[in-house]
Amino acid sequence: MGGVHPPENKLTAGIPIQVLPVPTAVVIPVSQHIGVPATVIVNKGDKVKTGQKIAESKGFVSSNIHSSVSGKVNRIDSVIDTSGYKQTAIFIDVDGDEWVETIDRSDEIIVDIRLTSEEIVKRCLESGIVGLGGATFPSHVKLTVPSGKKCDILIINGVECEPYLTSDHRLMMERGEEILIGISILMKALNVNMARIGIENNKLDAIEHMTKLAGGFQGITVHALKVKYPQGAEKQLIKALINREVPSGRLPLDVNCVVHNVGTSFAVYEAVQKNKPLFERVVTITGKSLTNPGNYLVRTGTPISKLIEAAGGLPEDTGKIICGGPMMGKAISNPDVPVVKGTSGIVLLPRDESVRAEVNPCIRCAKCVSVCALNLEPYLLMTLSERGMFEKAEHERITDCMECGSCSYTCPAGRPLLDYIRLGKSTVIKIARERVVKQKVS
Amino acid sequence: MSNLLNVSPSPHAHGEETTRKLMTGVIIALIPALLASIFYFGYAAIIVTATSVISCILIEYLIQKFVFKKPVTITDGSAIVTGLLLAFNLPSNIPVFIIVIGSFVAIAIAKMTFGGIGNNPFNPALVGRVFMLISFPVQMTSWPVPAGFATGYSDAVTGATPLAIVKEGLKNGEPISQLVSQIPPPSQMFLGNMGGSMGEIAAVVLLIGFAYLLFKKIITWHIPVSIIVSIAIFTTILWLINPEKNAGPMFHILAGGVLLGAIFMATDYVTSPMNPKAMIIYGCGIGILTIIIRVWGAYPEGVSFAILIMNAFVPLMNFYIKPKRFGEEVKNG
Repeated sequence: MGGVHPPENKLTAGIPIQVLPVPTAVVIPVSQHIGVPATVIVNKGDKVKTGQKIAESKGFVSSNIHSSVSGKVNRIDSVIDTSGYKQTAIFIDVDGDEWVETIDRSDEIIVDIRLTSEEIVKRCLESGIVGLGGATFPSHVKLTVPSGKKCDILIINGVECEPYLTSDHRLMMERGEEILIGISILMKALNVNMARIGIENNKLDAIEHMTKLAGGFQGITVHALKVKYPQGAEKQLIKALINREVPSGRLPLDVNCVVHNVGTSFAVYEAVQKNKPLFERVVTITGKSLTNPGNYLVRTGTPISKLIEAAGGLPEDTGKIICGGPMMGKAISNPDVPVVKGTSGIVLLPRDESVRAEVNPCIRCAKCVSVCALNLEPYLLMTLSERGMFEKAEHERITDCMECGSCSYTCPAGRPLLDYIRLGKSTVIKIARERVVKQKVS
Repeated sequence: MSNLLNVSPSPHAHGEETTRKLMTGVIIALIPALLASIFYFGYAAIIVTATSVISCILIEYLIQKFVFKKPVTITDGSAIVTGLLLAFNLPSNIPVFIIVIGSFVAIAIAKMTFGGIGNNPFNPALVGRVFMLISFPVQMTSWPVPAGFATGYSDAVTGATPLAIVKEGLKNGEPISQLVSQIPPPSQMFLGNMGGSMGEIAAVVLLIGFAYLLFKKIITWHIPVSIIVSIAIFTTILWLINPEKNAGPMFHILAGGVLLGAIFMATDYVTSPMNPKAMIIYGCGIGILTIIIRVWGAYPEGVSFAILIMNAFVPLMNFYIKPKRFGEEVKNG
């Protein structure tokens, strides 16, 4: 199985989580998850409290959005979010920090799980819990096992294989017990008695810490994994931990397991035990030129620029601001975009590292083939996309590509493999959809 | 302007590898063989290698500059590799004008007519070498006996290669047991103390180069190992059938161009398959064809032809032989 070893650059691995002060204004997008955007349920001028639901999930694959601050709704307007697209957002002017009364703000760790499994799923939906590893898939959907499917093991993702990012690492070091209770809650919801936490060998302290803590929990084991990108990808992690291969185009449930991230487990703990909706998360702010990189607990809707300020201000030589890790993250054009549920880190790259290498002819070295985690042939998919041969590209399984970027990373000729594969993949998906529509019509 | 942020899509990181670094790695791996050829053939080896490398670079440069009229990419190092490999496939007493013609065929015809680096279906150095072999059969098969700096260039003392001795001897009805006395013992063959092309004789230095290429992850083991193993198996079978008519595997691997071909020529990125499964089939094809040519063909040596023939099958193999995709079969551990 392929994979690459990009320089780890985990500059902030040893820096404890700090709380970022609440900003004076936040911008909360209504779509911070995969699925249907939530519907706004507040109006301009409304007073809201911290933790109050301000947008409601619409449909099964959707999620609630909660206010991360207390204050007054300034307006409902569109904003360009971290994905680069415009979407509706709720602008709130902050006034104090008054939380919804039902949230348990004490430091006490509650171990006993009182809710039933149905109630847990409902609470996750109600609290707007989504996958915090980056994909932001609504967690209640993953906890609802459809009839005819079964789940016998829960996989917990503590891999954090992206270079630079350390938010999951720090969370495991500082909130390990809560994470483990969260995992127990997830196990109860899924009705499984076994959970495996996968952590890469570059986080030995976290492996040791979590192993020690897991001793006190029934059915949870910690597994050290070899460092390899993209091991944190769902299908790769399942393969590494329980040696099951999720079939092409299928989901983990098709091999009887479910994968959740450590950050999500922590959010589930807070939602179920503390009745606290998801409106803040740990974000790594890092970069070689930053004077004060770190890990911060940030309210959603906080402008990324505030986070950069806290880390010592935007360095002079910044050429790229990446939302997420350097392998799969998205470069943003404006540092004022808000932090959302899926923001695991902000990486600032100096100018010389933000420019791509010159593109040379393919020398057919086959390195892209050997690093592909899904054993596809990136060079071929690129050529097919370049020439518009989409039918052939579909046959070569272009839609299996998870866009991990290992091919572009490794290409000695600096070829933009993934750029073209993305183009081909989206075109193939479009063609396939049209085909389905046509079949239905005829 | 300089304050604008770059927003190119992911990945935002790139590995250290470049085409030039890979080619430099191959050149470094060829240096032991170059030193060995100088050790055995003296200054003649320097003349032949320098002529070949310089003509390859110059011809590529001139074509890119005046025919393609595109940016000159001569610094990627691929022409140097072709020049070195071509030289290593020649006897050390070959006249300069023939080397220049061979370089021209290698670069101009086998590489640039297809569009330059990455586009040629056949290994350029081998096309050049085979062209020379067919066009100048006398000069291309008179092999100086290695004598270090005493070898001389145009006045070198020549003798037959072990492969030619065996081929000729078998044709005259002599059994292997008698021919053995005329060929160097395996230890001398391993060190390269025998007649043959400049760069192919010394197995030991070629294996050092192989180790370096593997260590630097420039090539994988698949092609060289499958060539050597298939030759070993095939020749062992023939040897078991009749040890008086067929030389053993040790002889076939150490004599001639098997190691140079397997390690440096067949692994040429551009002309070899793109996935491990196809690489192994390609390697076995080269191994089997080499022995078929050596045992039943007109030429005593068949590595060059075998590689070129298998080069022709590479597009077909890339088309039909696919890696096993992740999630192709439902598997429950």
